[in-house]
Amino acid sequence: MSFAKDGNSDIYTMDLESRLVEKITEDSSIDTSPSYSPDGKYITFNSDRSGLQQIYTMKSDGSGVKRISFGEGLYGTPVWSPRGDLIAFTKVRGGKFYIGVMRSDGSGERLLTENFYQEAPSWSPNGRLLVFYRETKSGKNGEGFTAKLWSIDITGYNERELKTETDASDPSWSSLLSK
Amino acid sequence: MKFNKKIKNLLIILVSTLALSACAAGKKSGVGSSDVYTGNDTVQYLASGVKDRVFFATNRSSLTTASRDTLRKQADWMRKNKKLNVVLEGHGDERGTREYNLALAEKRANAARDYLLTYGISGKRISVISYGKEKPVNSASTPLAWSQNRRAVTVKTK
Repeated sequence: MSFAKDGNSDIYTMDLESRLVEKITEDSSIDTSPSYSPDGKYITFNSDRSGLQQIYTMKSDGSGVKRISFGEGLYGTPVWSPRGDLIAFTKVRGGKFYIGVMRSDGSGERLLTENFYQEAPSWSPNGRLLVFYRETKSGKNGEGFTAKLWSIDITGYNERELKTETDASDPSWSSLLSK
Repeated sequence: MKFNKKIKNLLIILVSTLALSACAAGKKSGVGSSDVYTGNDTVQYLASGVKDRVFFATNRSSLTTASRDTLRKQADWMRKNKKLNVVLEGHGDERGTREYNLALAEKRANAARDYLLTYGISGKRISVISYGKEKPVNSASTPLAWSQNRRAVTVKTK
């Protein structure tokens, strides 16, 4: 999780049994949006320690911090795929928001969809689809937003809206549940 | 002839070096305060001549010279009104991811708070809250609106 303490945001872990909270990033920059690798050995997060918001990985004890995004623009909300091979992210470049994926070492970046504003991808359990939310202007004069959930295949095809009765945001796809 | 060629090569190297350093310097300053809002359209006043807010550059939480001037006046005003407490509200524009904006807006509010502390205002009189990009003062999607939304606002609590 990320906490803001004394005016600065860092990544912390909490032991669910003991409730012991431990700070694992120690930097004066903003560190937010942590996501564990499926084996629990690594964490990806975004930080502006390089000057602009980028994606990093580290071991789950906070050691071995490594920047993995180097493309043009800002990178945020990294989420490790259930298969461990890819990291999904939101990218902001040239006034547009993109949902994309890259390998966990930062190589092979692919942008799947672009829009005025969209973010917060979440993986399907089989690692083939992403669900995210997109906001579009709802008023005639450009005021107000409508937020809806969308999904897209990691090939970049089959982008579609998931119908909800009301506005919806911040989707989180569950793992497979036993019946 | 050879001498001329040498001079020509030296000139090319010199011009290239100057151009490269100009690019580097330009990049550094372009990221700085160039898109900080400097108008008064959204500003309210805590007292005569005491503006209630300061503005920030995109993705930055550092205070500009104008911001420091505003905060010094706020500190004077707080010193004269010892029973007053304030909340510093941090805000961001819509052009960033939400979690990052929450953290950035918190950092902006704390930058303003820290500056007030250096002018002798007790930390007990100042609380900080971050609204991220959830409370824009101008909901348009224009560079002007975004610059007005990147702000830290001082609000009286009593």
